[in-house]
Amino acid sequence: MAKITYIEHNGTEHVVDVANGMTVMEGARDNGIPGIEADCGGACACSTCHVYVAPDWVEKLPEKQDMEEDMLDFAYEPDPARSRLTCQIKVTDALDGLVVQMPEKQI
Amino acid sequence: MSHIVIVGAGQAGSSLAAKLRDDGFDGDITLIGDETAPPYQRPPLSKDYLLGKMPRDRLFLRADSFYTDRRIVLRTGTPVTRIDPAARTLTFGDEVLSYDQLALTTGSVPRRLPAAIGGDLAGLFTVRTLADIDALEPQVRPGRRVLIIGGGYIGLEAAAVAAKQGLEVTLVELADRILQRVAAPETSDFFRALHSAHGVDIREGVGLSRLIGDGQVAQAELSDGTTLDIDFAIVGAGILPDTALAETAGIACDNGIATDTHGRTSAEGIWAAGDCASFPHGSARLRLESVPNAIDMAECVALNMLGGDREYVPEPWFWSDQYDVKLQIAGLNTGYDRVVIREGEGSRSHWYYAGDRLLAVDAMNDPRAFMVAKRLLAAGKSPDAAAVADASIDLKTLMR
Ligand SMILES: Cc1cc2nc3c(=O)[nH]c(=O)nc-3n(C[C@H](O)[C@H](O)[C@H](O)COP(=O)(O)OP(=O)(O)OC[C@H]3O[C@@H](n4cnc5c(N)ncnc54)[C@H](O)[C@@H]3O)c2cc1C
Ligand code: FES
Repeated sequence: MAKITYIEHNGTEHVVDVANGMTVMEGARDNGIPGIEADCGGACACSTCHVYVAPDWVEKLPEKQDMEEDMLDFAYEPDPARSRLTCQIKVTDALDGLVVQMPEKQI
Repeated sequence: MSHIVIVGAGQAGSSLAAKLRDDGFDGDITLIGDETAPPYQRPPLSKDYLLGKMPRDRLFLRADSFYTDRRIVLRTGTPVTRIDPAARTLTFGDEVLSYDQLALTTGSVPRRLPAAIGGDLAGLFTVRTLADIDALEPQVRPGRRVLIIGGGYIGLEAAAVAAKQGLEVTLVELADRILQRVAAPETSDFFRALHSAHGVDIREGVGLSRLIGDGQVAQAELSDGTTLDIDFAIVGAGILPDTALAETAGIACDNGIATDTHGRTSAEGIWAAGDCASFPHGSARLRLESVPNAIDMAECVALNMLGGDREYVPEPWFWSDQYDVKLQIAGLNTGYDRVVIREGEGSRSHWYYAGDRLLAVDAMNDPRAFMVAKRLLAAGKSPDAAAVADASIDLKTLMR
């Protein structure tokens, strides 16, 4: 389990516990947190689950696969270092304390 | 206080309910579905869920609390049997419910085989609902022999799962090639080769004559005269819009529940969205069978139900996963006269043109091509075909 902080673009913070094995996207979805749309439901096909990861977390997350990297390149205002697709990040204990910030909009 | 009722608790129905609240609707919302499960995603049904890689609770589109928090009354396991548009009521069981506005998001139903050719035998499965997959999954065991009827995306995804699980898979497609209805020969060729490499026996231009068995299907007789011994069959012969309820209420249907550009049906106060709806598109009507269409049309209709004035203009896209190939499609290829091929390292994309106008792209493990095409299509731009075909040219430069 990991405590994850989701920060909406307007600054509203949501701190929730997300079970291991879920994705960071599913953590937002299952807690009704707005700002992550996830149209494709986690298939890495839409890029509407884009967030900016807090700088101190960038290095601690599992690396991006090519597919995620390529999709992110075309997300809304991607940041080469901090942008991630939340559906591609599996939750483990190691993610306890993760902070992610939603972009102004999803494509 | 006004009451909006939504019939069909799937992708479109749940998006519509959520959007009504997001847009500030303060009245009552009732979302009614005949399936027992709360709204869930269908795409994984023929992919990771059937493979056993995705547990059931991850399929649900929203947590239960989402509905209670937003005062959306969700009634599952509740088939609506009648609408009375004049009285603005609907009936389920022995209950009658009044509405001020009604949205029909009833989705589609799979085509079934007629009983005359063995369609009523045991051992036949469709791939539409969670219940369908829960019935099918125990059949998907190594060594078993399955016949898949129909070479569209659903049939091919089911074939991929079955092949991965070590089944003996035969797929018949009546048309002269798989994916004939939706893709160019180049794309059919790609997927035929992919499935053949995984041991799937694809037979094109071959129909099913009949299924034979004593209660349980045991053999399939094909139109080319061959007979196959099988353990079970999957019917992937396409879907039909679920217009049953609308038709009995006298609502106009034309390849789906017919709506205007805003999602209104022929009955006052009744709207439709998603798989079940056909809407004006150019000089004809269009009906789309995809998640993006279900979400986007539902959200557009929600806005219009609250007094908005927005035409529904789809930006079609779709995806399909087979083995380690992710196919992403942007646009609609109807009317194309040529296909430009772009080949990358381990990726490939097929660009459909009508003259110089780009219509659609099939991208195989090529998310960049998909995303670029999606942007170009949304902007109404067509890149130079020669540049598209030249893999040394960065796709991003095409967006300028
Ligand atoms: C196996 C599978 C894989 C797919 N893969 C993809 C994919 O990869 N990408 C993609 O974009 N799309 C995919 N699709 C298509 C996508 O799932 C559909 O387009 C989408 O679900 C349509 O949403 P909808 O709300 O219109 O219909 P549905 O999700 O079908 O919901 C309609 C609901 O209404 C209910 N209903 C009907 N009549 C009544 C009644 N009288 N009373 C009460 N309830 C009623 C139905 O039972 C159903 O639950 C797939 C579909 C399937 C089946
Ligand atoms: S949910 Fe679609 S890419 Fe993450």
